[in-house]
Amino acid sequence: MNAIDHPAPPPPSGPVPYDKPFALKLLHDMLRIRHLEEKSAELYGAGKIRGFLHLYIGEEAVGVGALHALAPEDNLVATYREHGHALVRGLDMGVLMAEMYGKREGCARGRGGSMHLFDARTRLYGGNAIVGGGLPLAVGLALAAKMQGESRVTACFFGDGAVAEGAFHESLNLAALWKLPVLFCCENNLYAMGTALERHEAQTDLCLKAASYGLPAQAADGMDVVAVHEATKSAVARVRGGEGPRFLEFRTYRFRAHSMFDAELYRQKAEVEAWRTRGPIHTFTARLKAEGKLTEEEFLALDAEAQAEVARAVDFAEAGSWESVEDLLRDVHTPEAAP
Amino acid sequence: MSRRITYREALREALREALASDPRVFLMGEDVGRYGGTYAVSKGLLEEFGPERIRDTPLSELGFTGAGIGAALGGMRPIVEIMTVNFSLLALDQIVNTAALYRHMSGGQFSVPLVVRMATGAGRQVAAQHSHSFEGWYAGIPGIKVLAPATVEDARHMLAPALADPDPVVIFEHAGLYNLEGDLPDVAGVDIRSAKVRREGRDVAIVTYGGSLFKALQAAETLAAEGIAAEVVDLRVLRPLDDATIMASVARCRRVVIVDEGWHGVGLASEIMARIVEQAFYELDAPLVRVCSAEVPIPYAKHMEDAALPQADKIVAAVKGFFP
Repeated sequence: MNAIDHPAPPPPSGPVPYDKPFALKLLHDMLRIRHLEEKSAELYGAGKIRGFLHLYIGEEAVGVGALHALAPEDNLVATYREHGHALVRGLDMGVLMAEMYGKREGCARGRGGSMHLFDARTRLYGGNAIVGGGLPLAVGLALAAKMQGESRVTACFFGDGAVAEGAFHESLNLAALWKLPVLFCCENNLYAMGTALERHEAQTDLCLKAASYGLPAQAADGMDVVAVHEATKSAVARVRGGEGPRFLEFRTYRFRAHSMFDAELYRQKAEVEAWRTRGPIHTFTARLKAEGKLTEEEFLALDAEAQAEVARAVDFAEAGSWESVEDLLRDVHTPEAAP
Repeated sequence: MSRRITYREALREALREALASDPRVFLMGEDVGRYGGTYAVSKGLLEEFGPERIRDTPLSELGFTGAGIGAALGGMRPIVEIMTVNFSLLALDQIVNTAALYRHMSGGQFSVPLVVRMATGAGRQVAAQHSHSFEGWYAGIPGIKVLAPATVEDARHMLAPALADPDPVVIFEHAGLYNLEGDLPDVAGVDIRSAKVRREGRDVAIVTYGGSLFKALQAAETLAAEGIAAEVVDLRVLRPLDDATIMASVARCRRVVIVDEGWHGVGLASEIMARIVEQAFYELDAPLVRVCSAEVPIPYAKHMEDAALPQADKIVAAVKGFFP
């Protein structure tokens, strides 16, 4: 048997530096994402969700750890693998599911689908399915905040594939040049769709790339919700403090296929299995139990609660309605105000 | 009453007025500040409004155009200047895949009140990579509005309604017009919805816009001397097209020449011809004719460039074809 191309890191260790309610909140959010994604895959198979569907399974610690370090007034720009981000930011799971169903009750009235979740209330600016497309947008959101004297931080998520795009380089340079309050969060899951990082980047140290534009850059274990949260918390504080943009690389792994049309010919089963043993939910669960912060009963209750929320979300989406075709041309332009 | 002013000065006055009247407005682009603008449109504005609002950018068209979109989403009213339409292809992804789509993809939650200005057009011997006329491409994209000011009045007054528009507006300034002088009426304001008949006639309608407007007007003058009364329609707004004004001229004149500096095929001229056929076919006395750029990259040598572009004499010849 061949050696694994990308070995998994050692399991996280050390105490969990949070009180019980916050620790359980992190765990619960990871469970909510996991169950939402498992259910979404099932619904895709049943033909309820169509188009492209990109699951976040395996990467939950990144979105959960990072987004809990943001304040409500902060902006979020996400990718097409953004169900988890939307959920943690506060988008109702039923509204999210309705969007994936294409129903009128969805956050974008069914016009966007899985890849284009938007939520003005929680300042979620998409759901962008152009790789790297969100980075310039985040720079502009941060520019607006700075020009308006607001202390808003803009967090921008993207994958390792995006670092090959011109948008990445132009955006990091602009943000650093103008000292803008952007936090660039790279979810490095080692594959740009099916192309491994070392097969598309001459320089695989992504922090070095960011540092070359003058951004302080730090890598964190993206399989450890504590490491993610701690790194993000300290980065957000410095960005908010006016020190300019920063770059975080979260080293993580996608347990499932890139999308629902992926035979996974590009990676070894043993590699996937090795990373699965480092799953962010069960390692965190084990740590909490070892520290006496979580009992099996409490875990089962959190898990059941997450599953019940998913069931309610599916019911909400099922009960939703289809937008009338007469409204097809709606929202291409803003309607003119009545004179 | 009116006063003489150049197209460039009219654009600058519009920028100055926008910057002075709304603190959310700022200008950003390559060399808009210290250099004074590639075409000197923003000259003096840096001194007046400072580097925060007259913002020089790196040569990152995709990056700063996308930043303009983000800033618009964030509550500002950015004016992004892309040096020329040729370089706007580097920003096309952000304009097409973000600015034009965001309102729709977000189910109406996020509008993008962005204004993008850029120079377009050929005729100055700057060769193929600086001579494109891609405004017809932009005019094909749902979600954006496309303006083509040709007169000093439109140069002076189109910016304000563009900035007031909640959605993205792309403004094309023909590079050959910056030095053009014209009479600017004292009456303020123009709309960004309608086409305008710049010269009335009854024998033939010449439908055009931007840099070609003055070639069309020159052709109409020549034709008048020969007893042919040509009407000249300035489209002004390339998206959405003002079908009503076009069809009224078609019905009045019954013969139509479309003049467009874009390439001959699959362009704005083709679209206008299609609409006339759809909406006013039975008004026509003759087949539609178009005078566009030859399907060749625009050559450097003067005589070859002239031959590639629409010219007044070609328009005259096209019209005379109706009256053998």
